[in-house]
Amino acid sequence: MIGLYLPGRSVVHRTPTLLKLLLLAVGVSLLAFMRGPVAVAVASTLLAALFALARVPLGVAWRQVAPVLWLLIVAVPLQALFAGWPEAGLMAARLIIAVALAALFTLTTTVSSVLAACEALLRPWGRFVDADRVGLLIALVIRCVPLVTDIVKEVAEARRARGQERSLVALAVPVVVRSLYAADAIGEALTARGFDD
Amino acid sequence: MSVVEFAQVSHAFGEREVLRDITLRLAEHRIGIVGANGSGKSTLARMINGLVTPDVGRVTVDGLDVGRRGREVRRRVGFVFTNPDNQIVMPTVREDVAFTLRGRGLSAAEISTRTDAALDRFGLAGHAEHPSHRLSGGQKQLLALAAVLVAEPAIVVADEPTTLLDARNGRRIGALLAGLPQQVIVVTHQLELLPAFDRVIVIDEGRVAADATPAVALAAYDALLA
Repeated sequence: MIGLYLPGRSVVHRTPTLLKLLLLAVGVSLLAFMRGPVAVAVASTLLAALFALARVPLGVAWRQVAPVLWLLIVAVPLQALFAGWPEAGLMAARLIIAVALAALFTLTTTVSSVLAACEALLRPWGRFVDADRVGLLIALVIRCVPLVTDIVKEVAEARRARGQERSLVALAVPVVVRSLYAADAIGEALTARGFDD
Repeated sequence: MSVVEFAQVSHAFGEREVLRDITLRLAEHRIGIVGANGSGKSTLARMINGLVTPDVGRVTVDGLDVGRRGREVRRRVGFVFTNPDNQIVMPTVREDVAFTLRGRGLSAAEISTRTDAALDRFGLAGHAEHPSHRLSGGQKQLLALAAVLVAEPAIVVADEPTTLLDARNGRRIGALLAGLPQQVIVVTHQLELLPAFDRVIVIDEGRVAADATPAVALAAYDALLA
Protein backbone atom coordinates (compact mmCIF):
# COMPACT_ATOMS: atom_id res chain seq x y z
CA MET A 1 0.00 0.00 0.00
CA ILE A 2 2.82 2.39 0.88
CA GLY A 3 3.85 3.48 -2.55
CA LEU A 4 3.14 0.06 -4.06
CA TYR A 5 0.42 1.27 -6.38
CA LEU A 6 1.38 0.84 -10.02
CA PRO A 7 -0.59 3.31 -12.16
CA GLY A 8 -2.38 1.77 -15.11
CA ARG A 9 -5.64 1.51 -17.03
CA SER A 10 -5.89 -2.28 -17.40
CA VAL A 11 -9.07 -4.26 -16.77
CA VAL A 12 -7.65 -5.27 -13.39
CA HIS A 13 -7.03 -1.61 -12.49
CA ARG A 14 -10.51 -0.62 -13.58
CA THR A 15 -12.36 -3.44 -11.79
CA PRO A 16 -14.38 -1.95 -8.89
CA THR A 17 -12.48 -2.23 -5.62
CA LEU A 18 -15.25 -4.03 -3.73
CA LEU A 19 -15.44 -6.66 -6.49
CA LYS A 20 -11.65 -7.04 -6.41
CA LEU A 21 -11.75 -7.47 -2.62
CA LEU A 22 -14.49 -10.10 -2.98
CA LEU A 23 -12.57 -11.96 -5.71
CA LEU A 24 -9.42 -11.80 -3.59
CA ALA A 25 -11.28 -13.32 -0.61
CA VAL A 26 -12.82 -16.03 -2.78
CA GLY A 27 -9.50 -16.75 -4.52
CA VAL A 28 -7.55 -17.06 -1.27
CA SER A 29 -10.30 -19.27 0.23
CA LEU A 30 -10.24 -21.55 -2.80
CA LEU A 31 -6.51 -22.05 -2.31
CA ALA A 32 -7.33 -24.01 0.85
CA PHE A 33 -9.04 -26.63 -1.36
CA MET A 34 -6.18 -26.80 -3.88
CA ARG A 35 -4.73 -30.30 -4.04
CA GLY A 36 -2.14 -31.88 -6.30
CA PRO A 37 0.31 -30.51 -8.86
CA VAL A 38 -2.35 -30.01 -11.56
CA ALA A 39 -4.36 -27.65 -9.36
CA VAL A 40 -1.17 -25.75 -8.48
CA ALA A 41 -0.30 -25.46 -12.18
CA VAL A 42 -3.79 -24.17 -13.04
CA ALA A 43 -3.75 -21.64 -10.19
CA SER A 44 -0.24 -20.46 -11.11
CA THR A 45 -1.23 -20.04 -14.77
CA LEU A 46 -4.31 -18.05 -13.80
CA LEU A 47 -2.20 -15.89 -11.52
CA ALA A 48 0.39 -15.25 -14.25
CA ALA A 49 -2.42 -14.33 -16.64
CA LEU A 50 -3.82 -11.83 -14.15
CA PHE A 51 -0.38 -10.22 -13.65
CA ALA A 52 0.05 -10.05 -17.45
CA LEU A 53 -3.44 -8.56 -17.83
CA ALA A 54 -2.56 -5.91 -15.24
CA ARG A 55 0.74 -5.27 -17.11
CA VAL A 56 2.81 -5.70 -13.97
CA PRO A 57 6.53 -5.87 -14.87
CA LEU A 58 8.22 -9.13 -13.91
CA GLY A 59 10.67 -7.39 -11.55
CA VAL A 60 7.84 -5.67 -9.66
CA ALA A 61 5.93 -8.96 -9.36
CA TRP A 62 9.04 -10.71 -8.07
CA ARG A 63 9.64 -8.03 -5.42
CA GLN A 64 6.16 -8.69 -3.99
CA VAL A 65 6.73 -12.42 -3.59
CA ALA A 66 10.44 -12.52 -2.71
CA PRO A 67 10.07 -11.62 1.00
CA VAL A 68 7.83 -14.69 1.52
CA LEU A 69 10.63 -16.95 0.37
CA TRP A 70 12.60 -16.12 3.54
CA LEU A 71 9.68 -17.38 5.58
CA LEU A 72 9.42 -20.50 3.46
CA ILE A 73 13.09 -21.36 3.98
CA VAL A 74 12.14 -22.06 7.60
CA ALA A 75 8.52 -23.14 7.20
CA VAL A 76 8.87 -25.70 4.38
CA PRO A 77 11.42 -28.02 6.08
CA LEU A 78 9.38 -27.84 9.30
CA GLN A 79 6.18 -28.76 7.45
CA ALA A 80 8.03 -31.54 5.59
CA LEU A 81 9.20 -32.93 8.92
CA PHE A 82 5.65 -33.27 10.23
CA ALA A 83 3.55 -33.83 7.06
CA GLY A 84 5.98 -34.87 4.31
CA TRP A 85 7.47 -33.04 1.33
CA PRO A 86 4.36 -33.07 -0.96
CA GLU A 87 2.27 -31.34 1.74
CA ALA A 88 5.11 -28.86 2.43
CA GLY A 89 5.35 -28.03 -1.27
CA LEU A 90 1.59 -27.51 -1.45
CA MET A 91 1.70 -25.20 1.60
CA ALA A 92 4.48 -23.17 -0.05
CA ALA A 93 2.53 -22.90 -3.31
CA ARG A 94 -0.63 -21.79 -1.47
CA LEU A 95 1.26 -19.12 0.46
CA ILE A 96 3.10 -17.75 -2.60
CA ILE A 97 -0.10 -17.60 -4.68
CA ALA A 98 -2.07 -15.96 -1.84
CA VAL A 99 0.63 -13.30 -1.31
CA ALA A 100 0.87 -12.70 -5.06
CA LEU A 101 -2.92 -12.27 -5.30
CA ALA A 102 -2.90 -9.78 -2.41
CA ALA A 103 0.04 -7.95 -4.02
CA LEU A 104 -1.87 -7.76 -7.31
CA PHE A 105 -4.71 -6.10 -5.42
CA THR A 106 -2.42 -3.47 -3.85
CA LEU A 107 -0.52 -2.91 -7.11
CA THR A 108 -3.71 -2.11 -8.99
CA THR A 109 -5.77 -0.30 -6.34
CA THR A 110 -5.17 3.17 -4.91
CA VAL A 111 -5.43 3.71 -1.17
CA SER A 112 -8.33 6.14 -1.73
CA SER A 113 -10.26 3.39 -3.53
CA VAL A 114 -9.58 1.00 -0.64
CA LEU A 115 -10.74 3.65 1.82
CA ALA A 116 -13.87 4.32 -0.22
CA ALA A 117 -14.56 0.57 -0.31
CA CYS A 118 -14.03 0.26 3.47
CA GLU A 119 -16.35 3.20 4.03
CA ALA A 120 -18.97 1.68 1.72
CA LEU A 121 -18.73 -1.63 3.61
CA LEU A 122 -19.05 0.10 6.98
CA ARG A 123 -21.84 2.50 6.02
CA PRO A 124 -24.70 0.06 6.80
CA TRP A 125 -23.35 -0.05 10.37
CA GLY A 126 -23.28 3.74 10.52
CA ARG A 127 -25.17 3.74 13.83
CA PHE A 128 -22.30 1.91 15.49
CA VAL A 129 -19.23 2.82 13.43
CA ASP A 130 -18.18 6.16 11.92
CA ALA A 131 -17.11 4.98 8.44
CA ASP A 132 -15.33 8.25 7.54
CA ARG A 133 -13.35 8.16 10.76
CA VAL A 134 -12.28 4.54 10.18
CA GLY A 135 -11.24 5.47 6.61
CA LEU A 136 -9.16 8.37 7.92
CA LEU A 137 -7.63 6.12 10.55
CA ILE A 138 -6.53 3.59 7.92
CA ALA A 139 -5.08 6.39 5.76
CA LEU A 140 -3.11 7.72 8.72
CA VAL A 141 -1.75 4.30 9.65
CA ILE A 142 -0.54 3.83 6.07
CA ARG A 143 0.95 7.35 6.02
CA CYS A 144 2.78 6.87 9.31
CA VAL A 145 4.83 3.88 8.16
CA PRO A 146 7.18 5.85 5.82
CA LEU A 147 7.15 8.78 8.26
CA VAL A 148 8.40 6.64 11.18
CA THR A 149 10.82 4.82 8.85
CA ASP A 150 12.37 8.20 7.93
CA ILE A 151 12.59 9.18 11.60
CA VAL A 152 14.36 5.91 12.46
CA LYS A 153 16.80 6.39 9.53
CA GLU A 154 17.63 9.98 10.54
CA VAL A 155 18.05 9.11 14.22
CA ALA A 156 20.23 6.08 13.38
CA GLU A 157 22.41 8.33 11.21
CA ALA A 158 22.69 10.94 13.98
CA ARG A 159 23.55 8.16 16.46
CA ARG A 160 26.33 6.95 14.15
CA ALA A 161 27.62 10.51 13.68
CA ARG A 162 27.93 10.85 17.47
CA GLY A 163 29.69 7.51 17.81
CA GLN A 164 26.84 5.84 19.70
CA GLU A 165 26.12 2.99 17.24
CA ARG A 166 25.55 0.47 20.01
CA SER A 167 23.35 2.59 22.26
CA LEU A 168 19.72 1.47 22.20
CA VAL A 169 18.73 4.49 24.28
CA ALA A 170 20.27 6.83 21.69
CA LEU A 171 17.95 5.26 19.12
CA ALA A 172 14.75 4.58 21.06
CA VAL A 173 14.38 7.85 22.95
CA PRO A 174 14.70 10.25 19.99
CA VAL A 175 12.54 7.99 17.79
CA VAL A 176 9.73 7.92 20.38
CA VAL A 177 10.00 11.65 21.11
CA ARG A 178 10.11 12.63 17.43
CA SER A 179 7.26 10.25 16.57
CA LEU A 180 5.10 11.84 19.27
CA TYR A 181 5.96 15.34 17.98
CA ALA A 182 5.16 14.19 14.43
CA ALA A 183 1.82 12.74 15.60
CA ASP A 184 1.02 16.05 17.27
CA ALA A 185 1.96 17.99 14.13
CA ILE A 186 -0.13 15.71 11.88
CA GLY A 187 -3.08 16.17 14.22
CA GLU A 188 -2.66 19.93 13.93
CA ALA A 189 -2.37 19.70 10.14
CA LEU A 190 -5.54 17.60 9.97
CA THR A 191 -7.34 20.23 12.03
CA ALA A 192 -6.04 22.93 9.67
CA ARG A 193 -7.36 20.91 6.72
CA GLY A 194 -10.82 20.82 8.27
CA PHE A 195 -10.81 17.32 9.79
CA ASP A 196 -11.28 18.52 13.32
CA ASP A 197 -14.46 16.88 14.55
CA MET B 1 -10.39 40.80 0.52
CA SER B 2 -11.23 39.11 3.78
CA VAL B 3 -10.70 40.82 7.10
CA VAL B 4 -8.88 39.23 10.04
CA GLU B 5 -9.18 41.05 13.35
CA PHE B 6 -7.27 40.58 16.58
CA ALA B 7 -8.92 42.39 19.50
CA GLN B 8 -6.69 42.78 22.58
CA VAL B 9 -5.35 39.25 22.20
CA SER B 10 -3.03 37.74 24.79
CA HIS B 11 -1.90 34.15 25.08
CA ALA B 12 0.42 32.08 27.23
CA PHE B 13 1.79 28.55 27.03
CA GLY B 14 2.00 27.63 30.69
CA GLU B 15 4.02 30.35 32.42
CA ARG B 16 5.41 31.74 29.17
CA GLU B 17 3.45 34.65 27.75
CA VAL B 18 3.78 34.53 23.95
CA LEU B 19 1.35 37.23 22.85
CA ARG B 20 0.55 40.40 24.77
CA ASP B 21 -2.40 42.64 24.05
CA ILE B 22 -2.33 42.40 20.25
CA THR B 23 -4.86 44.47 18.32
CA LEU B 24 -4.67 44.27 14.54
CA ARG B 25 -6.94 44.55 11.54
CA LEU B 26 -5.58 42.63 8.53
CA ALA B 27 -7.34 43.49 5.27
CA GLU B 28 -4.46 43.89 2.79
CA HIS B 29 -3.73 41.43 -0.01
CA ARG B 30 -0.21 40.38 1.04
CA ILE B 31 0.90 40.66 4.62
CA GLY B 32 4.26 39.55 6.00
CA ILE B 33 4.96 38.77 9.64
CA VAL B 34 8.56 38.74 10.84
CA GLY B 35 10.26 38.34 14.19
CA ALA B 36 12.94 36.43 16.00
CA ASN B 37 12.48 32.78 16.99
CA GLY B 38 10.08 32.56 19.93
CA SER B 39 8.72 36.07 19.35
CA GLY B 40 5.13 34.78 19.06
CA LYS B 41 4.65 35.20 15.30
CA SER B 42 3.75 31.53 14.66
CA THR B 43 1.20 31.58 17.47
CA LEU B 44 -0.28 34.71 15.92
CA ALA B 45 -0.54 32.95 12.52
CA ARG B 46 -2.04 29.79 14.07
CA MET B 47 -4.78 31.87 15.67
CA ILE B 48 -6.06 32.94 12.25
CA ASN B 49 -6.89 29.31 11.47
CA GLY B 50 -8.16 28.58 14.98
CA LEU B 51 -5.32 26.14 15.70
CA VAL B 52 -4.66 28.20 18.82
CA THR B 53 -7.45 30.09 20.55
CA PRO B 54 -6.47 33.13 22.60
CA ASP B 55 -6.59 33.08 26.41
CA VAL B 56 -7.68 36.70 26.38
CA GLY B 57 -9.31 38.73 23.60
CA ARG B 58 -10.91 37.69 20.36
CA VAL B 59 -9.80 36.74 16.84
CA THR B 60 -12.31 36.93 14.00
CA VAL B 61 -12.16 36.11 10.30
CA ASP B 62 -14.79 37.99 8.32
CA GLY B 63 -16.68 38.44 11.56
CA LEU B 64 -16.51 34.72 12.51
CA ASP B 65 -15.00 34.04 15.93
CA VAL B 66 -12.22 31.47 15.43
CA GLY B 67 -12.86 29.94 18.85
CA ARG B 68 -16.59 29.43 18.46
CA ARG B 69 -16.86 28.84 14.72
CA GLY B 70 -13.54 27.16 14.03
CA ARG B 71 -14.89 24.76 11.43
CA GLU B 72 -16.33 27.56 9.29
CA VAL B 73 -13.17 29.61 9.73
CA ARG B 74 -10.96 26.71 8.60
CA ARG B 75 -12.99 26.41 5.40
CA ARG B 76 -12.03 30.03 4.66
CA VAL B 77 -8.45 29.90 5.87
CA GLY B 78 -5.91 27.51 4.35
CA PHE B 79 -2.78 26.87 6.41
CA VAL B 80 0.65 25.91 5.06
CA PHE B 81 3.05 24.50 7.66
CA THR B 82 6.84 24.74 7.80
CA ASN B 83 7.34 21.00 7.42
CA PRO B 84 5.22 19.60 4.57
CA ASP B 85 5.84 16.06 5.82
CA ASN B 86 3.48 16.76 8.69
CA GLN B 87 0.83 18.00 6.32
CA ILE B 88 0.84 15.12 3.85
CA VAL B 89 -1.63 12.41 4.75
CA MET B 90 -2.20 10.21 1.72
CA PRO B 91 0.33 7.89 0.05
CA THR B 92 0.19 9.34 -3.48
CA VAL B 93 0.34 12.95 -4.65
CA ARG B 94 -3.09 12.92 -6.34
CA GLU B 95 -4.74 11.25 -3.35
CA ASP B 96 -3.31 13.81 -0.96
CA VAL B 97 -4.65 16.76 -2.94
CA ALA B 98 -8.03 15.04 -3.32
CA PHE B 99 -8.07 14.28 0.42
CA THR B 100 -8.71 17.97 1.20
CA LEU B 101 -11.99 17.78 -0.70
CA ARG B 102 -13.34 14.82 1.29
CA GLY B 103 -16.55 15.46 3.18
CA ARG B 104 -17.36 18.65 1.27
CA GLY B 105 -20.32 17.18 -0.60
CA LEU B 106 -18.54 17.18 -3.97
CA SER B 107 -19.05 14.48 -6.61
CA ALA B 108 -16.17 12.15 -7.49
CA ALA B 109 -15.97 13.81 -10.95
CA GLU B 110 -15.72 17.28 -9.45
CA ILE B 111 -13.06 16.16 -6.96
CA SER B 112 -11.09 14.63 -9.84
CA THR B 113 -11.37 17.78 -12.01
CA ARG B 114 -10.33 20.12 -9.21
CA THR B 115 -7.49 17.82 -8.16
CA ASP B 116 -6.14 17.63 -11.72
CA ALA B 117 -6.34 21.43 -12.06
CA ALA B 118 -4.43 21.93 -8.79
CA LEU B 119 -1.75 19.41 -9.81
CA ASP B 120 -1.36 21.15 -13.17
CA ARG B 121 -1.12 24.58 -11.58
CA PHE B 122 1.72 23.52 -9.29
CA GLY B 123 3.61 21.47 -11.86
CA LEU B 124 2.83 18.20 -10.09
CA ALA B 125 0.76 16.54 -12.83
CA GLY B 126 3.72 14.37 -13.82
CA HIS B 127 4.03 13.15 -10.22
CA ALA B 128 0.31 12.55 -9.64
CA GLU B 129 0.65 8.82 -8.99
CA HIS B 130 4.04 9.01 -7.25
CA PRO B 131 4.39 8.26 -3.53
CA SER B 132 4.11 11.63 -1.79
CA HIS B 133 6.79 10.83 0.79
CA ARG B 134 9.37 10.28 -1.96
CA LEU B 135 9.08 13.79 -3.43
CA SER B 136 11.90 16.30 -2.95
CA GLY B 137 11.52 18.97 -0.23
CA GLY B 138 10.46 21.61 -2.76
CA GLN B 139 7.95 19.29 -4.40
CA LYS B 140 6.52 18.35 -1.00
CA GLN B 141 5.95 22.01 -0.17
CA LEU B 142 4.32 22.48 -3.59
CA LEU B 143 2.10 19.50 -2.79
CA ALA B 144 1.21 21.01 0.60
CA LEU B 145 0.33 24.26 -1.16
CA ALA B 146 -1.73 22.46 -3.84
CA ALA B 147 -3.56 20.51 -1.11
CA VAL B 148 -4.47 23.76 0.61
CA LEU B 149 -5.42 25.73 -2.51
CA VAL B 150 -7.56 22.98 -4.07
CA ALA B 151 -10.19 23.92 -1.48
CA GLU B 152 -10.08 27.54 -2.77
CA PRO B 153 -9.74 29.25 0.63
CA ALA B 154 -10.26 33.00 0.87
CA ILE B 155 -7.11 33.41 2.98
CA VAL B 156 -3.82 31.50 2.88
CA VAL B 157 -1.68 31.59 6.02
CA ALA B 158 1.83 30.18 5.70
CA ASP B 159 4.08 29.61 8.69
CA GLU B 160 7.71 29.77 7.55
CA PRO B 161 6.95 27.78 4.39
CA THR B 162 10.46 28.19 2.97
CA THR B 163 12.55 27.49 6.07
CA LEU B 164 13.34 23.87 5.13
CA LEU B 165 13.92 24.59 1.44
CA ASP B 166 17.01 25.49 -0.56
CA ALA B 167 17.30 29.06 -1.91
CA ARG B 168 15.87 28.19 -5.33
CA ASN B 169 12.83 26.33 -4.00
CA GLY B 170 12.40 28.95 -1.31
CA ARG B 171 12.19 31.68 -3.95
CA ARG B 172 9.80 29.56 -6.02
CA ILE B 173 7.40 28.94 -3.14
CA GLY B 174 7.71 32.58 -2.06
CA ALA B 175 6.87 33.83 -5.56
CA LEU B 176 3.92 31.42 -5.79
CA LEU B 177 2.52 32.64 -2.48
CA ALA B 178 3.05 36.29 -3.40
CA GLY B 179 1.27 35.76 -6.72
CA LEU B 180 -1.88 34.19 -5.27
CA PRO B 181 -5.13 36.10 -5.82
CA GLN B 182 -6.20 35.25 -2.25
CA GLN B 183 -5.28 37.23 0.81
CA VAL B 184 -1.89 35.86 1.86
CA ILE B 185 -0.38 36.10 5.34
CA VAL B 186 3.17 34.77 5.48
CA VAL B 187 5.33 34.30 8.56
CA THR B 188 8.87 34.28 7.26
CA HIS B 189 12.58 34.80 7.84
CA GLN B 190 13.07 35.19 4.09
CA LEU B 191 13.09 38.97 4.10
CA GLU B 192 13.77 39.36 0.36
CA LEU B 193 10.23 38.09 -0.22
CA LEU B 194 8.65 41.01 1.60
CA PRO B 195 9.33 44.20 -0.45
CA ALA B 196 6.56 43.13 -2.86
CA PHE B 197 4.08 42.83 0.04
CA ASP B 198 1.52 45.45 1.05
CA ARG B 199 2.23 45.39 4.76
CA VAL B 200 4.78 43.93 7.15
CA ILE B 201 4.26 43.38 10.87
CA VAL B 202 7.25 42.92 13.18
CA ILE B 203 6.59 40.90 16.33
CA ASP B 204 8.97 41.14 19.26
CA GLU B 205 8.47 39.40 22.61
CA GLY B 206 4.77 38.93 21.94
CA ARG B 207 4.05 42.54 20.97
CA VAL B 208 3.74 44.41 17.69
CA ALA B 209 7.06 46.24 17.40
CA ALA B 210 6.36 47.70 13.95
CA ASP B 211 3.47 47.65 11.53
CA ALA B 212 3.99 49.53 8.30
CA THR B 213 4.98 49.31 4.65
CA PRO B 214 7.74 46.75 3.99
CA ALA B 215 10.51 49.36 3.75
CA VAL B 216 9.62 51.04 7.04
CA ALA B 217 8.85 47.81 8.92
CA LEU B 218 12.01 46.04 7.74
CA ALA B 219 14.14 49.04 8.75
CA ALA B 220 12.54 48.84 12.20
CA TYR B 221 13.24 45.10 12.31
CA ASP B 222 16.88 45.75 11.37
CA ALA B 223 17.16 48.30 14.17
CA LEU B 224 15.63 45.79 16.58
CA LEU B 225 18.18 43.14 15.65
CA ALA B 226 21.14 45.53 15.91
